[in-house]
Amino acid sequence: MIDFVGKKRWFFLISWILVVIGIVTLIISQVQLGTPLQLGIDFKGGASMILQFSPIDSHEVSWRDVQSQLREEMAELGYDEARIRDAGKGNFIIDTRKITSDEARELADRLGTELDFQVEIIDYNLVSETVAAETALNALIAVIIAAVAMMFYIVWAFRRMPSPFRWGTCAIIALIHDVFIIVGIFSILGWVAGVAIDALFITGLLAVVGYSINNTVVIFDRIRENVSRHIRPNFAEIVNDSLVETLGRCLNTALTTFFVLLALFLFGGATIHYFVLVLLFGVVIGTYSSICISSQLLVVWEKREWRALLPFAKRPA
Amino acid sequence: MRSRNVYLLIFILALFGFALWSIVPINTRLLGPNGLRLGLDLKGGSYLVYQADVSDIEPEYRNEAMRGVKEVVEKRINALGITESTVRIQEYGREYNIAIELPGIADIEKAKEMVGLFTVLEFREQDEAGNWTPATGTVTVNGEEKELILSSRYFKENTYIDMQTGRPLLLFEMDETGAQLFKQISTRLIGKRLAIYLGDEPLRGEDDNIIAPEVQEVIEDRGQIKGLSLVDAQDLSRVLNAGRIDVPLGSWVNGEFQPSVPLYERTVDATLGQDSVEKSMIAAGIGIVLLVIFMLVYYRLPGLIACCSLGIYGVFLLTIFNLFSSYITLTLPGVAGFILSLGMAVDANVLIFERIKEELRGGRSLGAAVEAGFNRAWTAIRDSNITTFIACLILIWLGGTLGARMVSGFAITLFIGVALSMFTAIVVTRTFLRLILGSRVVTNLAAYGVTSVPTKREP
Repeated sequence: MIDFVGKKRWFFLISWILVVIGIVTLIISQVQLGTPLQLGIDFKGGASMILQFSPIDSHEVSWRDVQSQLREEMAELGYDEARIRDAGKGNFIIDTRKITSDEARELADRLGTELDFQVEIIDYNLVSETVAAETALNALIAVIIAAVAMMFYIVWAFRRMPSPFRWGTCAIIALIHDVFIIVGIFSILGWVAGVAIDALFITGLLAVVGYSINNTVVIFDRIRENVSRHIRPNFAEIVNDSLVETLGRCLNTALTTFFVLLALFLFGGATIHYFVLVLLFGVVIGTYSSICISSQLLVVWEKREWRALLPFAKRPA
Repeated sequence: MRSRNVYLLIFILALFGFALWSIVPINTRLLGPNGLRLGLDLKGGSYLVYQADVSDIEPEYRNEAMRGVKEVVEKRINALGITESTVRIQEYGREYNIAIELPGIADIEKAKEMVGLFTVLEFREQDEAGNWTPATGTVTVNGEEKELILSSRYFKENTYIDMQTGRPLLLFEMDETGAQLFKQISTRLIGKRLAIYLGDEPLRGEDDNIIAPEVQEVIEDRGQIKGLSLVDAQDLSRVLNAGRIDVPLGSWVNGEFQPSVPLYERTVDATLGQDSVEKSMIAAGIGIVLLVIFMLVYYRLPGLIACCSLGIYGVFLLTIFNLFSSYITLTLPGVAGFILSLGMAVDANVLIFERIKEELRGGRSLGAAVEAGFNRAWTAIRDSNITTFIACLILIWLGGTLGARMVSGFAITLFIGVALSMFTAIVVTRTFLRLILGSRVVTNLAAYGVTSVPTKREP
């Protein structure tokens, strides 16, 4: 039988490393680029468009070259702050400052002439600063309300257990852990690949949070059942039994969800590419935190072994 | 017990049949009698939101002025031959927005041009060459002489239709400036015609001819227009009443009003939408195949049953989208929600099957294990899905705000999907499993994924 509870120090260590990497990247990004995460137009306003490049005579095209030419040309035209992303098949996603659709049309025509392509705008999105500020605020409120609501829900669901508040807190710590790691990943992606977060990123984050808590509740439910059956006296052993018993279900659900998301990531549309990526990371991290973090926190709390949380603290003799 | 299961099965099959009938194309429409309602990111189209500058209007007249603006905007869009468009007024505290949805085939640039124009109607006269030029006059306003164009701005707000003679008669009154202006112009134009323009487009009647009544007498502070059809007269009186005040549409930036620049715009080419639909279909197909293979290999007979109930789940979900297509719009994130919910719908089944396996390993009989599996898994299914519901409800709220519209499609789909998956797992899968057990066709435990010899659980 796998000893999930006994290895808790290792799990905590891994999580600490991931969370710290995330925080460090956020800080570095803040210092280097002036923002912890690359913000998309949903949050800071501006225009985003997908330009479709089709060769005028059907010759072979290296889209990588086109992208670098595009970058140069955009800088020359005064759009040096623009974010350019290859969306495949000659489509490029360009995020830039607020320009009207007329200006966008002119820009596309100009790029077409300079790079010798036929250029069409197939998706154009304009978000004004006022709307963006409101969305950013609402997104923050949504994340906070979600965390608080889920906490209260778990406290309520485990109200018959001794100290239900403890169950809620452990689940929420695991949730914050998930959020930090995913935000850290997107900070790195923003740094190296210019990936920006948008309203759909927040959506993915909340969906993932719901999913992760869902797993945690299934495990907690089993712990609750096993505690009430009084099979073993030791809480740590009960927790471990429960983890082993629910392991099959947790992994299988994660796998089925992962499969469909992977298909969507590989074959789905470019506009939801990073949204699906949030969900993919979320399924993996959420499953990990449910199995390896939240229940172990319960054990730590029950035994008051707070030192176990610190990665380099000495083991008690 | 057994007959109850048979009734349940009949009920499920009847429901399934109905669902299938409702989504299968019968009268050549794609997917059912109404068809799914696709969002603009899947079918192409434009969503535009403008702020209305109502700063010049007294607060108590603002609601009415906005209704007028809405009608004028609708009129302009319809004049371009764009059908299936919707125009809505959004009120946020003291601010007013106009939200416009246009279908993908529309000439969106032209539509934007028309919408961005001010809402005032202008009167034009014909010059010698037959061109329509603005009808102007020189009037004294506050002691100053000004050259003004005769426009709906100078009409009083009580334009109405008189039907006493059996033919519609449009009666109007002018304000002081309007009376001076109309007197000059009508004196000059007796026997000639006056057309009414919205921007650069003349107003047209039902018969598609431009509305250009002939001036028959000098008009001062009141007048009438004869010879219009009832519908034309009604339309004209509405736009004249609405066009009294300038309500520029645009957006406020740092305290400055920028006319014609939308607050929010999303325009998607129909080809991109089509491409997204195709890609999503492929992704969904591959995802489902992977899912089915996994379930069959890992859970065997129950896996097969789960796949059947997953199929039923998919059909039911499409049916709900179809039946409530006036409320639910399917967007690309919505499709992602649908595909994600497929993966999660298996969850309830997995929970139950894992539980049944455990009970079998614990030495229970097949029938008892299935019942215990369902009963014990229920609390976990219920409690765990509520967290997803909480997340979805918050997202639906977030999606109700202007900048995050795409969010609500995902949230609604996921919400319905998870709720429905609880139903299919608890009702459909259970009924199938019970019937198969009851018929004693498959009693080999290996078919349920249990390979080790059952051992009695220690007391």
